[in-house]
Amino acid sequence: MPDKIVVGYDGSEGSKRAVDFAVERASALGATLVVAHVLEWSPYSFLTPNELEERHKRRNEELKRAEEAVLAPLVASLDTSGLTIETSLKYGNIADTLAKLSRDTGAVQIVIGRQGESGLASRLFGSVAGSLAQSSTVPVTIVP
Amino acid sequence: MKNHYKIPMMAGALSLMASAAMAQSLDEKVNAIFASSTGWFVNLIFSPFPGTSFPWIVGWLVVAATIFTVYFGLIQFRAFPHSIALVRGDYSDPDDAGEVSHFQALATALSGTVGLGNIAGVAVAVGIGGPGATFWMILAGLMGMASKFTECTLGVKYRNEYPDGTVSGGPMYYMVKGFEERGLPMGRVLAVMFAIFCILGAFGGGNMFQANQAHAQIANVVGDYPGWITGIIFAGIVFAVIVGGLKSIASVTEKVVPFMGVLYVVTAVIILLMNFDKIGWAFGQIFEGAFTGLGVAGGMVGALIQGFKRAAFSNEAGVGSAAIAHSAVRTKEPITEGFVSLLEPFIDTVVICTMTALVIIITGQLMTDPTTGLYMVGEGGMIQTVDGNSGVALTSAAFSASFGWFKYILAIAVILFAFSTMISWSYYGLKAWTFLFGEGKGKEVTFKVIFCIFVVIGAAANLGPVIDFSDAAIFAMAVVNIIALYFLMPIVKRELNSYLSRLKSGEIKKFN
Repeated sequence: MPDKIVVGYDGSEGSKRAVDFAVERASALGATLVVAHVLEWSPYSFLTPNELEERHKRRNEELKRAEEAVLAPLVASLDTSGLTIETSLKYGNIADTLAKLSRDTGAVQIVIGRQGESGLASRLFGSVAGSLAQSSTVPVTIVP
Repeated sequence: MKNHYKIPMMAGALSLMASAAMAQSLDEKVNAIFASSTGWFVNLIFSPFPGTSFPWIVGWLVVAATIFTVYFGLIQFRAFPHSIALVRGDYSDPDDAGEVSHFQALATALSGTVGLGNIAGVAVAVGIGGPGATFWMILAGLMGMASKFTECTLGVKYRNEYPDGTVSGGPMYYMVKGFEERGLPMGRVLAVMFAIFCILGAFGGGNMFQANQAHAQIANVVGDYPGWITGIIFAGIVFAVIVGGLKSIASVTEKVVPFMGVLYVVTAVIILLMNFDKIGWAFGQIFEGAFTGLGVAGGMVGALIQGFKRAAFSNEAGVGSAAIAHSAVRTKEPITEGFVSLLEPFIDTVVICTMTALVIIITGQLMTDPTTGLYMVGEGGMIQTVDGNSGVALTSAAFSASFGWFKYILAIAVILFAFSTMISWSYYGLKAWTFLFGEGKGKEVTFKVIFCIFVVIGAAANLGPVIDFSDAAIFAMAVVNIIALYFLMPIVKRELNSYLSRLKSGEIKKFN
């Protein structure tokens, strides 16, 4: 079974650079590329009764939009790379979900882009790159 | 009610004396019509058992809670650890992430019940029934957990799911479908009655009463001013949220309300820790008072009535409202929502209400006769307090005795609790409305606009009889709902047994 490389992708410039880097690595290793898009979600947030009622409908819409607007165009653009591409679309905390995905798929490394947030926000809430580097069980490459 | 002077004040501000006179007379007319045509209904719901001051509706709720407790074999204690595990997400499939979690359903249902009752209502109960009322309140809260378990399981089991993925659920749906399934008649009749009471309750207890008390609390802090100003502002915000679909205000409230609830409990715990040497004494007072009354009006029975009443009025167990809130959760097992919902009376009554009571007792707000150790009862059966406070002012004084700034926090908490209760009840009312009149944008907007109008009326006017009537409507919901629960409880039992055996066999998987 070929090695797998998980790459986090959200359509941003940083994540495009991460994909470029991951494609390069995967080609060199003959690895399968797992493109992961995580929709930020906490089961401990608070919703109004109306939001509860519509949640299932919204979730389906969000999944559809992410599939069509984020994942599908990327997969199409990677058509010529000759790589085997898998996709994964999940809800959750971004760092935790990517770490779990790497375990579930048996990936050998994770590639993510740098979000470029600095200062107060990331000091208070931590950054995805920071928490992933702490929690991942496989090497993490952060592409600037 | 104390708001009768507000209509003239409003007119003074507008220099429209003529319309004030008209409003006044209209107000009086409404009062008169309501009092004469609905008084019998209010009296019927709140009438005491012959020869006592014990309202039969409270007995109805407590007896039902006891029956469910026995029928489901103390489910509230047996399933408590499992309920916590469900809320923590231990049994949630990670692939379902992004759907409504058990925690979210619990938090939303709680923000509809935690409110003024936990702050002002408890002060009234302890102010009349003494510390002993706390014991009976906790007992009734524990029993109420079984009622919630029953109604919320049914709410999820018999909800309607529509092709677009939205859901509608609640007692009206389990009355119709559950009765059909069991081959029982009258399901639709009960459902229509329930829906009517629910709409009335939503306009009243879930709306006018909240607006009225929120205004009273604001006026308490910033000084008196006309209630219609509060009413218009509140109605504007409610309108923006429920008609305009302005999510941001609602989500801010839904985020701040739990925070206020936690802050309230934490502050109470700190006050208790500061007085830790008196905690033993306070519990002594609670137990002794529960069985002797310690001199309160009505003795032990007086304490019992006050405690039962407060628990029943505060956590809404058996009323059916929580069944509407919980039915939005997507779960393969309806019974899991029952397990989660049984935590509500625990948090609402056993934790939050008890904290209020303990702080009032421990800070020595209630005056005792130094020679006999009994409580000094003043006018109207109220125990005399240090500063002569009662209701929310008593709670405020008890907390402020340790932290002077707390009264401002409390005022903000009351306003936010009132607002979140209104949002919740606008939804409950709407579900009943669409059950009666059918779904559709126009019908829904009609209900929502009426709801906003009632916010202004509630804050501005003295509509005592209307509010009494609406409170009665909320408890009338419980009369209809509990009848249905008695008929449908075997279905819940079947679900429970099936689930527990699959949990034991490992068929129901733990993910974390």
